Amino acid sequence: MGELRKEETRDRFGEALVMLARQDRNVIAMDCDLGRSTRSFRITEVDPKRFIEMGIAEQDMISTAAGLSRMGKIVFVNSFATFVTGRAFDQIRQQIALPRSNVKICGSSAGLTEGPDGATHQSVVDVALMRALPNMTVLIPADGNQTEQIVNAAYSLRGPVYIRLSRYATTNYTTIGTPFMLGEAQVLREGEKVVLVSYGPVLQNVLTAASLLESSGVHVGVVNFHTIKPLDKNKVCSLAKQYRYIFSIEEHSIIGGLGSALSEIIAEMDGISRTATLVRLGVQDRFGESGTGDELLKKHCLDPEGIARSVVGRIEPEGGSC
Amino acid sequence: MIDYRNRKGRTDLEKKAWQLRLELLRMFSYGKAHHFGGCLSCAEIVAALFFYKMNHKLPNFQDPERDRFIMSKGHSIPTQYVALAMLGLISVNELKSIKSLGSRLQGHPDILKLPLLEAPTGSLGQGLSYANGLALAARLDGLQFDVFVLIGDGELQEGQLWEAAMTTHHYRLNNVCAIVDMNGYQSQGAVDMIKSIEPLADKWRAFGWHSIRVKGHDLKEICQALDLVNGQQKKPISIIAETVKGKGVSFMENTFKYHNLDISPEDYRRAEAEILDKLGQLNEL
Repeated sequence: MGELRKEETRDRFGEALVMLARQDRNVIAMDCDLGRSTRSFRITEVDPKRFIEMGIAEQDMISTAAGLSRMGKIVFVNSFATFVTGRAFDQIRQQIALPRSNVKICGSSAGLTEGPDGATHQSVVDVALMRALPNMTVLIPADGNQTEQIVNAAYSLRGPVYIRLSRYATTNYTTIGTPFMLGEAQVLREGEKVVLVSYGPVLQNVLTAASLLESSGVHVGVVNFHTIKPLDKNKVCSLAKQYRYIFSIEEHSIIGGLGSALSEIIAEMDGISRTATLVRLGVQDRFGESGTGDELLKKHCLDPEGIARSVVGRIEPEGGSC
Repeated sequence: MIDYRNRKGRTDLEKKAWQLRLELLRMFSYGKAHHFGGCLSCAEIVAALFFYKMNHKLPNFQDPERDRFIMSKGHSIPTQYVALAMLGLISVNELKSIKSLGSRLQGHPDILKLPLLEAPTGSLGQGLSYANGLALAARLDGLQFDVFVLIGDGELQEGQLWEAAMTTHHYRLNNVCAIVDMNGYQSQGAVDMIKSIEPLADKWRAFGWHSIRVKGHDLKEICQALDLVNGQQKKPISIIAETVKGKGVSFMENTFKYHNLDISPEDYRRAEAEILDKLGQLNEL
């Protein structure tokens, strides 16, 4: 169904939320005056009472969600990724993560591709914040089909989950039948010497970059780490033994995201067994700015050509850089 | 349930408050630094809630329609631990474990370790929002109960509390009752000096609440105010209880010095003697 259709993960989130709300009357959605943008408002198609508008008050929303979850509700809280994780971080820490509240924190319009609103509205450290919290599961769908799988997996998991969603439209390259296992990285493509690991909608650019590299004779593997936490440690170790280079590519700061998570595991491996060098591509410890999603990805070398240039530049020192 | 309206009932409630203070000090003598001031100031409020107002529906404390209590000023959770012990829900012996490694009685409330507690608090300002969440869920599920939230006066400097006050009013969650333990002091000094929260009743009213001030160590006044929460109220009710920080121990009263610290065994003896003296007077009534 719709494998070639371009869609935003936030749209598919709205559809998945509606399906869950139809199945389970304990499913609730909350938002901070962004319900039509985050698509959480769609739950009103099932039951208007199960959409709770909190106004522009993220901290209040998170603590209220914790109270609702104590009463057995399964609460999907929504706002832009940077607000829901940043503004309400302490509430998430104390009332969601620490007591393992059954709340699903949905960070919408994540990454640079939030676009024209600029640095204040773009989230480049949300994964770092959520990954650091004990008891938190961090899931990031790469396309529409995977969004449906991830929303269902988050619903089935009793406890706190961060779901990072996007307004950057991508084609569906997974199908609804593609096996999805929480905590298990997906190998999308095998390669020689070089593997590109990524997550979220930017993975589309990574796959295109892999094709570009293929046509110039560089065979690279591609792996989707849709589960940032708990990270698939076995897969990381096997990649570090199988390949010469691992490139982590993310629409997030190189500090605290997937690149950091990989480096934590790889650095602790027995040095003899490890063959790979890790190279972190992403937002290089700086903030975004206004622009279209594609312009911003290009500026940060996260477009297919930029990714390919970065790879060649590193593995062939005379190849220049992005 | 003890009835405050007759003299005997009132004296019984007063005794509960002073027993809370006595057991608090005995419990504290096993630990290290403690929040003496704020734990002692709310003894009458907690006694009125736990021994008069709330329908705990004992022995089934898990009744979905039980009234809820949230200690938003989480550092005063020891007062609730003692109340739970006096209700027989935890053992008096367990009180000695307070704040020690492996204890269910954490320094601030932990609902996983002690599910008898309703809300995780400690980092201030979050309890009223949580209470609203309980009340919203109750409305969705057709359950009837009241939620009482005890808030510190210094805690009202947290902006989130006013976000929550707006939510309570907006959704007409009139079964949520906020009680302010107005003891006048916070960690580093008098609330008025640190950052004034006055005019407080006007603030609550401006946020759509009914607000009343009571003498916070007068059980008749506290209980009368709590009687306003009767299912008929047209607005959520905030009770501003004027209390004395460190109430009951002369050298701890009206100072911020005993907000959080360790005291000597000699000071414990002096404090306990004063409270035993007061309990003795009540027993003679």
